[in-house]
Amino acid sequence: MTGIAAALLNSLDIGLLLFIIAVGLNIVFGVLNIINFAHGALYMLGAYLGYSCMNQLGMPFWLALAVAPLAVAALAVLVDRGMLRFIYQREISDSLLLTFALLLVLNEAVRMIWGTGIHVVEPPAPLQGTIVLPGGLNYPRYSLFVIAAGLLALAALWLLFNRTRLGKIMRAASLDRDMAQLLCINTRRVVTCVFAFGAWLAAMGGVVAAPMRAIDPGMGDKIIIESFIVVVIGGLGSFPGALLGAVALGLMHGLGGRFLPDVNLVLPFIGMALVLLLKPHGLMGTGGKA
Amino acid sequence: MNSKTYGAVALALVAAGLVALPWIAPYFYIFIATEVLILGLFAASFNLIFGYTGMLSFGHAAFFGAGAYATAMLLLWLEWPLLGCLVVATAAGALLALVIGFFSVRLNEVYFSMLTLAFGMMAYSVVHQWRSVTNGSDGISGFSVLGLGLGIDIPLGDPSVYYHVVLACVALAAAVLYRICRSSFGLMLRAIRQNAERVAFCGLDVRRYRLAAFTVAGAFAGLAGGLIAPFLRIASPEMMHWSMSAEPVLMSILGGTGYFLGPFLGAAVFVLLETWITSITQAWMLVLGIVLALMVMFFRHGVLGALLDRRRESK
Repeated sequence: MTGIAAALLNSLDIGLLLFIIAVGLNIVFGVLNIINFAHGALYMLGAYLGYSCMNQLGMPFWLALAVAPLAVAALAVLVDRGMLRFIYQREISDSLLLTFALLLVLNEAVRMIWGTGIHVVEPPAPLQGTIVLPGGLNYPRYSLFVIAAGLLALAALWLLFNRTRLGKIMRAASLDRDMAQLLCINTRRVVTCVFAFGAWLAAMGGVVAAPMRAIDPGMGDKIIIESFIVVVIGGLGSFPGALLGAVALGLMHGLGGRFLPDVNLVLPFIGMALVLLLKPHGLMGTGGKA
Repeated sequence: MNSKTYGAVALALVAAGLVALPWIAPYFYIFIATEVLILGLFAASFNLIFGYTGMLSFGHAAFFGAGAYATAMLLLWLEWPLLGCLVVATAAGALLALVIGFFSVRLNEVYFSMLTLAFGMMAYSVVHQWRSVTNGSDGISGFSVLGLGLGIDIPLGDPSVYYHVVLACVALAAAVLYRICRSSFGLMLRAIRQNAERVAFCGLDVRRYRLAAFTVAGAFAGLAGGLIAPFLRIASPEMMHWSMSAEPVLMSILGGTGYFLGPFLGAAVFVLLETWITSITQAWMLVLGIVLALMVMFFRHGVLGALLDRRRESK
């Protein structure tokens, strides 16, 4: 019984982290109408910067959690103003190509700066070790922190989009950018801010993930593929879809790793293929009509 | 001379140069030329779906890798003649493309790019981790190419002989691909690229055309992969990684996606650039990314496009 409970908690842990990444992908898609192929690389950059802040500059975890994502967001502003700005009026494939080029550059830059080895970050002192949960389950404290952080992010994002003026502006810009412009919304600034916000979320996920996963140059690839699966299952551009898809993928990893270890690798792809066959636009999605 | 005879003469000169290359160029360039030809075919197959049909695939290396693995496995375990291996490699690429394409062409371009990357990485992970069949990250090597098949007995181990085999295969494949691009099927693909909605409105099944184009492209990529395995004497998982999928993307854009020969020219520029840059720095991928970004932002029609534009302007 405790085995299943642990597997479920693991699923939630993986799922909520994926949600933070995938929702960033979704927000950027909503407003800019592009898939940011470098999203996983930004996540990885967040993790590496977090590592440098903590292990090389001696910052505490919490300060690194504030600094590293902001640095990545600043980089995203530069990318938007310096690169993406030129091709907003062109075909979609051009912007996909540019973010793909960014992926190549970031991946190689990370290899050059930090090397190809694996780096390890310790969780902050109060979150180290395990805690005994009701029911006698021994569970790592840091994983519980990740679940709590994921739930907090979920609540904060929901409030942002549904209860604030800023969220309303973003939603307006994603529904109809020209109309938003006519209503005196500076859509150029919105676009830049949204791109930076997506990058900030990705990097945030990276720093949060750093103490529980190995930091290596392949981590960005792994997460971008998983977030693609999440948004395809949930529906591109849908906020509840991202949550549903992330939890579904978390369950596939958490339970699949336990009960079906042989096919664990392809299980998410089979799930994605099934969704594509039965509900091509995702469980909650409407976008992406051919 | 009008521009048509101009083009024909230029093409004939290039063809003659390519055939005579082992006798006129230094030994090292035989290897370069073989690589350019194989990667050129790989890029041209990619451009059938990107330049002609307007779908940007980031998972094209999966079919290239499938062809390479098919050839390597047949050579190692069954010691087949090369031509038989190439037929199977082509079929393997087509089959994998049919399966991946079936799921990927259902929605719009954004989905397509995303899904091809995801499925391509799935193929990579399977090859990388299925040690008992694919030998994992070590790849399949240690095979030797015994003969060409059809009773033709030539020493394939000799680089210049293998170069001529590659040249013949690529020329033949390029001719077939050119016929496909010029056929009514090719015209339909271009119509889809320009306005898919309108094509659908004319009563044509856009999805089936896209899937057909994707499968054909997969077949030619499989053939290119089948040619690279005996050349590099290995089939490794890196051939299926997304960074390998980036190469035909850049080659097509370098050469010019709007021209049939663009990807071949792009492959030549790419390989020469790679040879030159990797002799200076390790960070080839970084340069690749920067070049791709600059090309997309400022030089979208490629080298061939820029040259032809200039000629047109000067008239």
